[in-house]
Amino acid sequence: MYLNEMLLLGAVLFCIGVYGVLARRNGVLVLMSIELILNAVNINLVAFGAFHDTVQGQIFALFVITVAAAEVGIGLAIVLLLYRNRRSIDLDQVDLMKG
Amino acid sequence: MLNANIAAAETAGKAVAASGWFLENAWLIWLFPAVSFLLILLFGKRFPRGGSEIGIAAVGASFVFSLLTAIQWISEVEGGAGGALTQSITWLTNDGQAIGAGIMIDGLAVMMIFVVTVVSLLVHIYSTDYVAGDRRYTHFFAFLSLFTASMLFFVTASTTLQMLVGWELVGVCSFVLIGHWWEEKDNSDAALKAFFTNRVGDMGLIIGVSILFFGAGTFSVIGVNEAAITGSMSHTVTLAAALCLTAAVISKSGQFFLHTWLPDAMAGPTPVSALIHAATMVVAGIFMVARLYGVFFEGFSIGGSSINTLALIGGLTTLVGATLAFVQNDIKRVLAYSTVSQLGYMVLALGVGAWTAALFHLFTHAFFKACLFLGSGSVSHAVHSFDMKKDMGGLRKAMPHTYRTFMIGTVALAGLPIMSGFWSKDEILVGTGGWGLFGGTGGNGAYTVMLAMGMVTAALTGAYMTRVVYLTFFGEFRGHGTPHESGPRITVPLWILGGLAIVAGFINFPAGFQLVPASWEEKFLHWVEPVGVSYFPTIKHATPSWTLAIVSVIVALIGIGAAYYYYFVRVRAVSPVATELPDGPTSRSAVARLGHRILVNKYYLDWLYTTVIVGFVKGPLAKAAYWTNQNVIDRVVNEAGTRSVQAGNIVYHKVDQLVVDGIVNATGKISDSSGEELRRIQTGKVQQYAAIMFAAATILAGIFIIVI
Repeated sequence: MYLNEMLLLGAVLFCIGVYGVLARRNGVLVLMSIELILNAVNINLVAFGAFHDTVQGQIFALFVITVAAAEVGIGLAIVLLLYRNRRSIDLDQVDLMKG
Repeated sequence: MLNANIAAAETAGKAVAASGWFLENAWLIWLFPAVSFLLILLFGKRFPRGGSEIGIAAVGASFVFSLLTAIQWISEVEGGAGGALTQSITWLTNDGQAIGAGIMIDGLAVMMIFVVTVVSLLVHIYSTDYVAGDRRYTHFFAFLSLFTASMLFFVTASTTLQMLVGWELVGVCSFVLIGHWWEEKDNSDAALKAFFTNRVGDMGLIIGVSILFFGAGTFSVIGVNEAAITGSMSHTVTLAAALCLTAAVISKSGQFFLHTWLPDAMAGPTPVSALIHAATMVVAGIFMVARLYGVFFEGFSIGGSSINTLALIGGLTTLVGATLAFVQNDIKRVLAYSTVSQLGYMVLALGVGAWTAALFHLFTHAFFKACLFLGSGSVSHAVHSFDMKKDMGGLRKAMPHTYRTFMIGTVALAGLPIMSGFWSKDEILVGTGGWGLFGGTGGNGAYTVMLAMGMVTAALTGAYMTRVVYLTFFGEFRGHGTPHESGPRITVPLWILGGLAIVAGFINFPAGFQLVPASWEEKFLHWVEPVGVSYFPTIKHATPSWTLAIVSVIVALIGIGAAYYYYFVRVRAVSPVATELPDGPTSRSAVARLGHRILVNKYYLDWLYTTVIVGFVKGPLAKAAYWTNQNVIDRVVNEAGTRSVQAGNIVYHKVDQLVVDGIVNATGKISDSSGEELRRIQTGKVQQYAAIMFAAATILAGIFIIVI
């Protein structure tokens, strides 16, 4: 099996996602980076599932995809409202919760 | 009382206990008037005669029952039974000690029931005329009923605790009825005086009953008497109990030196005076002694001595009452002192061991004294006054029925043959058993002093009653208007009582009396005195003597003769309206004046009570108490207050402000400052949070890997 390769692919994808989440200012790109992180996880789940010759990994992956779709839907809606109110989707300017 | 258990013969004594429907259901006798009291109180005003018909019906029913009870009792006794019939229920249980309540029927109870119901019934009938039109007519009859019920409850009580209840109840009724016309301050004062004076003795009763309970371990009358007689209760305890109970007798039965309430109690309506203060309530004390005779007989060692507390008190009372009766102008007060004197006779008789004589005198006295009181009420009804000197005189023509019955009562009271008072008084004098000279032998002791006191009183009684009769019925009328004879509802009870005053004595001819068949002798003694039972001490009966009877009659006649000479001869010779001689002994002799002054002031006993005792309590004692209050108690309180304030200040400054507040403030400050520091990481920027989260996750993952 090419488990190691798969895991490496997942790790790389995860790191790109984390970088995107932490470094980008654009709200849409942050959401897309989160998708990358989730898909890195999905690769891991499917890889381990195939490695152990079970179906649970794929089922979990399907769940994650479903939840991710919902998450992106809500996230985009927030971004849309943010844009309507501020004419910007720069996350650095969204600090209303500052203590 | 459905599950009442009939006491077996062994608890009631050796004699076979009597039985019979009326004896077993004697509690009905007090239940009738008790129910009547409630009915009159609640619905009396709606009845056409203001509730009096309920009272009369209830007391009438009690009378019929008491008569049947008496008949049944007599047939039982004649048939050989003699033990008391007791029935009881458990009233309450406290700490495993069951306290019973019930009825105890023996000759004594039967006799008392009879006397109370007879007099009460006649007084009820008499009252319908006497208090007619009174604003509290209904109330009056309600309390007459309650009084009758209480007294009947008292005399049938089977436990000392029940006796206490009945005793207090009659006291309350007496208070209410003396103060019936409470709008006048004198009347309410008299009611209070009666009540408070009785309270003094009630304390004695409560303590005495308690002592007997702890001494004998029971409240049962039979048990207490047995404990005293068998000696299972020590003599000291018995003596202490007897002394406490004597205090109760002194107040309730108007004995010297607490007799002062009884004459004042005449402020009540006359039927009340007749019922309560002559015939029934005041004899509660006599009854109590008779009921607990074992305690008194053993406690005072009545048998074989020549003087004891009970006999001495009785003797003094009989003299004090008789002498005070001389100086009263109020006809009812004369009769009240006469009652005091006669009650003294009864206590004296109990004190010398002449148990039956005392109760026989109680029996006859109830009739002739009620007759006299109701007669005086009839007179006052006609002349609207009780003052003999101002408003009476010459009434014998205007009021023939009252005059005749009053004369019967007077002769009975004076103790002339063949009236009832003669037989009972003679029996008491015989019972003193003192004087071998008169052949009075075989008594319980040699009470010579008591015999002398009784003899002197016999002379005094005749004299003061002669005075009353002269001032009321002879000479010329001194009042206003034209007095008329009272109606039949007053005269019929008078005649019934007058008749009883004549014949009541025939019930107990002395033993060895030659003029009647032997089977007629000592019936009263046979029916009333318990014989061969364990709850009654063995007492001896003095032998009657002709000599003593003749001497006592002569003594009484001397008293009557002296008074007759003074009033009917000397005073009348001055003027038909005169009430005393213008140059009488009080104007001539300093000694007589002094004696008169002492008597008018009632031996200064009221002065002693109101001025000395009450005055001392009100004056110096109250001042001392006030000083103590101000300087001792208040000072302690103030000091305590000041100290408390100081302690409070210390606690406030040191403990509350420094320690407690310090802890609270410190907690707040620490939270505040730490929050100030922590708010800095709260930037509101999502990406910083995410960075921290990932950093932390990385570190934790690192730790996880290293540790694993």
